[in-house]
Formats: sequence, structure tokens, C-alpha cells
Amino acid sequence: MPIPPSIITLVLGMVLVLGGLWIGQNVNLLPVDASANAPIYDELFRVLFSIGAILFLGILGLVIFSLIRFRRREGQLADGLAIEGNLPLEVLWTAVPAIVVLFIGLFSYDIYERMGGMAPLGHDAMTQTSASASSSVQRVWGGIGTPALSTTTEAALAPPLPVEVTAMQFAFLFRYPQGDFISGELHVPVGQPVTLAMEAKDVIHAFWVPEFRLKQDVIPGQPTVLNFTPTRAGRYPIVCAELCGPYHGGMRSTVVVEDQQAFDAWFAQNDKLSATST
Amino acid sequence: MTATLTPQVESSRPPSLQPHGWLRYLSFSVDHKVIGLQYLVCGFAFYLIGGALAGAIRTELASPLSDFMPREVYNQVLTLHGTVMIFLWIVPVVNGAFGNYLIPFYVGARDMAFPRLNAVAFWLIPPAGLLLISSYFITGAAQSGWTAYPPLSLTTPAIGQIIWILSVLLLGGSSIFGGINFIATILKLRRPGLKLMQLPMYCWAMLGTSILVVLSTPVLAGTLILLSFDIVAHTGFFNPGMGGNVVVYQHLFWFYSHPAVYIMVLPAFGLVSEILPVHCRKPLFGYATMVVSIMAIVVLGLVVWAHHMFTSGTPPWMRLFFTIATAFIAVPTGIKFFNWLATLWGGRISLNSAVLFSCGFIVNFVLGGITGVALAQVPFDVHVHDTYFVVAHFHYIVYGGSVFVIFASIYHWYPKVTGRMLNEPLGRLHFLITFIGFNLCFAPQHWLGLNGMPRRVAEYDPQFAFINQLSSVGALLMAISTLPFLWNVIASAFQGEIAGDNPWRALTPEWLTSSPPPVENWRGEAPLVTEPYGYGVAADELDLKAASGRDLWSSGR
Repeated sequence: MPIPPSIITLVLGMVLVLGGLWIGQNVNLLPVDASANAPIYDELFRVLFSIGAILFLGILGLVIFSLIRFRRREGQLADGLAIEGNLPLEVLWTAVPAIVVLFIGLFSYDIYERMGGMAPLGHDAMTQTSASASSSVQRVWGGIGTPALSTTTEAALAPPLPVEVTAMQFAFLFRYPQGDFISGELHVPVGQPVTLAMEAKDVIHAFWVPEFRLKQDVIPGQPTVLNFTPTRAGRYPIVCAELCGPYHGGMRSTVVVEDQQAFDAWFAQNDKLSATST
Repeated sequence: MTATLTPQVESSRPPSLQPHGWLRYLSFSVDHKVIGLQYLVCGFAFYLIGGALAGAIRTELASPLSDFMPREVYNQVLTLHGTVMIFLWIVPVVNGAFGNYLIPFYVGARDMAFPRLNAVAFWLIPPAGLLLISSYFITGAAQSGWTAYPPLSLTTPAIGQIIWILSVLLLGGSSIFGGINFIATILKLRRPGLKLMQLPMYCWAMLGTSILVVLSTPVLAGTLILLSFDIVAHTGFFNPGMGGNVVVYQHLFWFYSHPAVYIMVLPAFGLVSEILPVHCRKPLFGYATMVVSIMAIVVLGLVVWAHHMFTSGTPPWMRLFFTIATAFIAVPTGIKFFNWLATLWGGRISLNSAVLFSCGFIVNFVLGGITGVALAQVPFDVHVHDTYFVVAHFHYIVYGGSVFVIFASIYHWYPKVTGRMLNEPLGRLHFLITFIGFNLCFAPQHWLGLNGMPRRVAEYDPQFAFINQLSSVGALLMAISTLPFLWNVIASAFQGEIAGDNPWRALTPEWLTSSPPPVENWRGEAPLVTEPYGYGVAADELDLKAASGRDLWSSGR
């Protein structure tokens, strides 16, 4: 007895969905995660990858099947069937993508909020940087604010470490206002939130750490902020991601994520405010 | 005696100020078919130049060090590659070339609404293109990418940047003239009795595209004029040192340059909608929803530009709004793709080069569309913005999408234009090498972007060397794939099998005249085609003995 086509379609659809979910969970294309928001990002990536895989493999399969099954064979002269439309089918493939897109939109809104993307930008960053900030309140034009306090308990306890980032052709400079010194590498302790207040000197640059899944343009004349909490010790590249001139490809630096002791030692070694007393 | 003979000879041919023979292709011809071919051949010449520039980029990136050319030259090359491919190849060819050739046929007209404006629009392109290319040899070309973001574009050598601006302004003007002409032709030059909803789908695609061109290109022109003031007259519109705002430039630039993506792909959508029904021997599935989705893409396409600026100076609410708006473009686009799949379903598909390139387009564009929906999500984009992931994404859209369709269209309409068929095995070889080369070149770049390689770099982390070499091999295959195509197109023009007027047994009006068509398109009155997709047999006319059960089941009744 032949199997009815509707059952075959149903089984193929289920295999496709399960296969897509499996691919999304098991194929890892991303670098190691080293910040509090990287696992959240990876969660979004897996969902997008699953939906994308289901859609792509489904359409690829349909195209290949149609080309083989409905190819013109030797001696066939007649036309295909005169099907000009099918209202239920068209409603279906309008409604389903609309729902999927809406779901993805709401889901990524949730993700973005957990990353701190919806937090107000100017207020937080300015009150926490340093005492001198009170004299001139600057507008912050873009970036990612402090993540919601519920993400990690440590984040709620430790005050953020302020760092002022200056980008120029073709280097990043990191100024630690608490110690009044400038470093060519960004050193941050594991588990403590960091607030980068960024501005460029000449042209637009972008601060990107792939392992943190974070990027923010550094713009002349328009300060931006970037908040993150490193979670994994190591040395990760800081990459300029906005064309900034001939040596754009060479404009790189390093972020060193280390435990609190190592960070304190490094900080004390460079600290100018307490060093002047000795 | 001889004095009386001469006027008789001349009267056998109607007097004309237009040159005849091959010379007309180099002249200020006002024949829409000549102008269409001028666009196509000129565009293809620039495609070869842009391709050579891409080859230079992939050669540089075959090793992690900047060792093939000086860094300044690399930035000039990537700027020229982007500008040439967008403004001198894809936009003029999908709009100007096929639009001019086909639209008058489709509306039943003998020419475009404004033939002289049409010729002006074309003849702006060669000087603009030569100006752009020559800037490299005279002073060095622009170095700030095709986006020309200030302040970088204000600080790189000024002459190259100014020539770039002039060239893009000329090309934008050409595009606007073309857009006005298409709108007027489609709305006002239709043969009496031909209703809008009876037009072939390419007319709708060109109407939508031309609306986008006319609405958004002037914004780019104004922006570039302000930018040139900043460079030449040291005004401060976009110069932060003089109180200017660099992010405003980005808003204005992308207000044109995101719709520009639809200016490059909507006509391609229209062309595929013409090609598939003919070779599948089926009506185009869902005509009305196709029209609605084109217009939805036009409207939505105008309000999504800031998704190019998610990491720029943009506040949270703006990032969120543009996420939702952008993602929703997937809905009308998806409708079109499902309609094409339904057009394939149950057809009698000839697996020729035109169909293979069309189906290659569907597969590539779906992948580019999926990464596009992902990129629309702010949190996703914050990681991969300005990386090779984006490079892969938009090449899947503009090469895997538009360029594949250009090739499909050449295979489909070559018999009409020349009266001779192209060589089919060579065409399939061309498809095979292009498809493999393209995917080998751009698929690995997704991984590069996710793992930390930014775009527009001449040097990179050595851990990415192998994947970059893989990508460069793909680029080499793409370059090689041009050879069978060029040979095919040139040799078939002289030795190809004679095509006849209508080798595909198509129903659209351009096939209802001789191949190549005469000046003014038809010897008699223009035919009235009210059902351009009237292919196929109704289910009750099926020969029951020859039909399978599946044919009956899928008849939709």
C-alpha cells in the first residue's frame, strides 16, 4: 500500500525541524565567550541558526526536488498545470514568516535588554566615572549601558571600573581615571563590570572584542559608552572595525582579563595618584 | 539619368537621422533596444574591471601580511571595487539594460516615453566611469570606501575624493533620469486596453524600483554635495572639528544606500518572474501577491536605513525601531520566494542555463536573506557589524542574487537580441563554475566575521589565513567562469544556431516580433497581451493516461 503524500510531507517536515534544532545546538561557529553577555548572545545565535537552517535546508530541498521531479523529460511537449494561485497556501506563507519574524524581534529585544542595550546611556555612565564629571555633563550618543542588575550577583555588588578610551590613527589608549595613568593595553579584573567612555581624536574607529561579542563605534565629537563584565581570564584581541585609514588592519590592541590580585598588582604598579605620595 | 536614379534608391528606406549597422551602438541612438544593449555591454566592461579589482583584493588577502600592494592602494582598490560594481555594473544593468530593452515591449509601446532623456541617461555613464577609473592613475583614487564616511573622507587625499563624488553624482543623475523615464513609460505609454494588473511582473518591479530611485537618489546627491563643500570650501557640515556631525552623514548616506540594495534586487526579482514561468510552462504563481509584496518592499525599504548604524552614535530606541522594521521586510520577500517555488512545483521544467542560474539565485538569495534577518537583530549585529560576515551577506544578495539573475537573463533573452541561440553545454559549465566558485569564495567568510576578522583590512590575524586562501580560490574560480561565458556570447553571435522569433514558445510581447526586433518593435500594430503568463493546461484537460496521481493531487482544486 503506498504511503499517502501528506504523511510523507509531515515526516519530512518533522525531520527538517528536528535536524535544524540539532544543528543549532551542536554546530559551534563562535569564538570562546569571555563576557557576561556572550552566553546570552550565543543563545540568540543558536535560535537564529536553527531557524535559518530549517528554512534554508527546506527551500534548498524543495528547489532540488522540483528540478528533478518536474524536469521536462524526453518527448514531453505539454505544459505544466495551470495553477495561478492558492489562497490558503499564500495566507499560510505570509502568516508564518510574519509570526516567526515577530518572535525573533521580541526575543532579540529581550536579549538586548539583558545585555544592557536598553539602559539609559548618559546618566549612569557620567555619575560613575569620576568626580570631575560633575563639572561638565556630556551627552552620550550611543552605546550599551549597564546590564540589568539581575544578570549576576557580583555585578550588583562591585561598582563598575571606569576607563576612558581614546581611539586615534592607529591605536587605542586606555586611561584609568582612578589612577590617572594611560595604558596601551586594557587590563580588567574578572567579574567586575567595566564602563568604557569612548571618544576618537581624528576619524571614526570601532572598539570590538570578538570574545565579548561587543562592538561600539568610537566617534570624534560624539562620546559613546560600552559596558561589559568580563567573565573568563585570558588575553583577547581588541580590533578596530571601522575603516580608519591605511593601517586600519593593523589597528589592534589587547584586553587582558585577569583575577583581582593580578589586576590590583598591575594597577598599583602604574598608579600615579598613590605613587606621587611615595 | 543617374541624377534621377539616386532619389529613388534613397526613398526605399525611410529617411532617418539615426546611424545604421553596428555604428549605432556607439552613437547617440534614441532606440530603446540600442540603449539597452549599450547599458549591458558598457556595464559588463565595468564588471570586468570591478572583477579585476576584486581579484587584487583576494590576492592581497591570500596572506595575512600586507605584502601585495601598498596599504593606501589597497584602500583605493576596495573603494573602486565597491563603487564600480554598484554604480557601474549592477544598477545600470538590472535597471538600464533590461529595463530599456523590455519595458517598451511589455507596455506595448514603440519606445520609451522620453527617448532623448534615455540616451542622455546612458551617455552619462561612460564618462563618469572613466573619470572614476582614471582618478586612480592621475592622483590616486578615493580611499574611504564606497561609503565615504567623514571625517575619513575629509582627511584622505582630496582630489581622489572629489573625483569620486563627481562621478557618483553623474551616475546618480543618470539613475534619476532613467527612473523618471520608466515611471512615465509604465504609467502613461501603455497600449490602450492594457490594464496595470495585466502587465508582466518586471514592469511592476521597475515601477517600484524607479519610485525608490526618484525618492532616494536626490538625498545622496545632496549629501555628497555637502561633503564636497566640506572638502573644497572647508565648511563644517560633517567636520566635528568645526561643529559638524559625522553621524548625520551616515543617516543621509544610508537613506539612499539602503534603498539602493532594493534598486539592485527588485528588478532582478522581476526578471526571475519573467524567466521561470516560460521554462516551467506554468503561470506565475500568485500574481497579485507578487505585486503587493513589491510595493511593500518599496515602502518598508525607505524606513530601515539605520540598521547600518547599530554600532554608531544611535540611541537604544532607534536601534530597536530599525530592528523591527528591517526584519519585517523578510515577509514580502518571503512571499515572492514561496511564489517562485510554487511556480516550479508541478511544472515541465527545462533544465537550461537560464533556469539553472535562476534557481542558483533562489538558493543564494535565501541564504543572504536569512543572514539579513539575523543582521537586523541589534544584539546579533553588535558583534558582526563591519566584519566579513557582512561582506559575505551582501555578496550573497548582490552577486548570488542580482548577478546570477543578470546571467540568467542573458541566457534567456540572447536569442531575442541576436536571433541566435547560446551554446547550452557551455552555459551549464558557466553555471557550474560560477556557483561553486561563488559559494567557495563567500560561504567561509561568514565564519571569518563571526570569529574576529573585520572588513576592509589589508592584513589580518594569521589564524584566519587558511579560510582566506579558500575564499581566494573561490574568487579565482569565479574569474575563470567568465571565460566560457565570454566565448559563448561572442562565438554564438556569429555561429550560434538560428533561434527563430520565439524559441521558448513564450507569451510575453517581446517574443511576438522578429528576432532581432525591428526599429519601433513591431511591423504592424503592437499585440495586446492581457495574459502574459497564460501557460499550462487546466486540470480537467489533463490526459488522464499520461498524468500521475500526484499531478491530480497537486492541481490545487
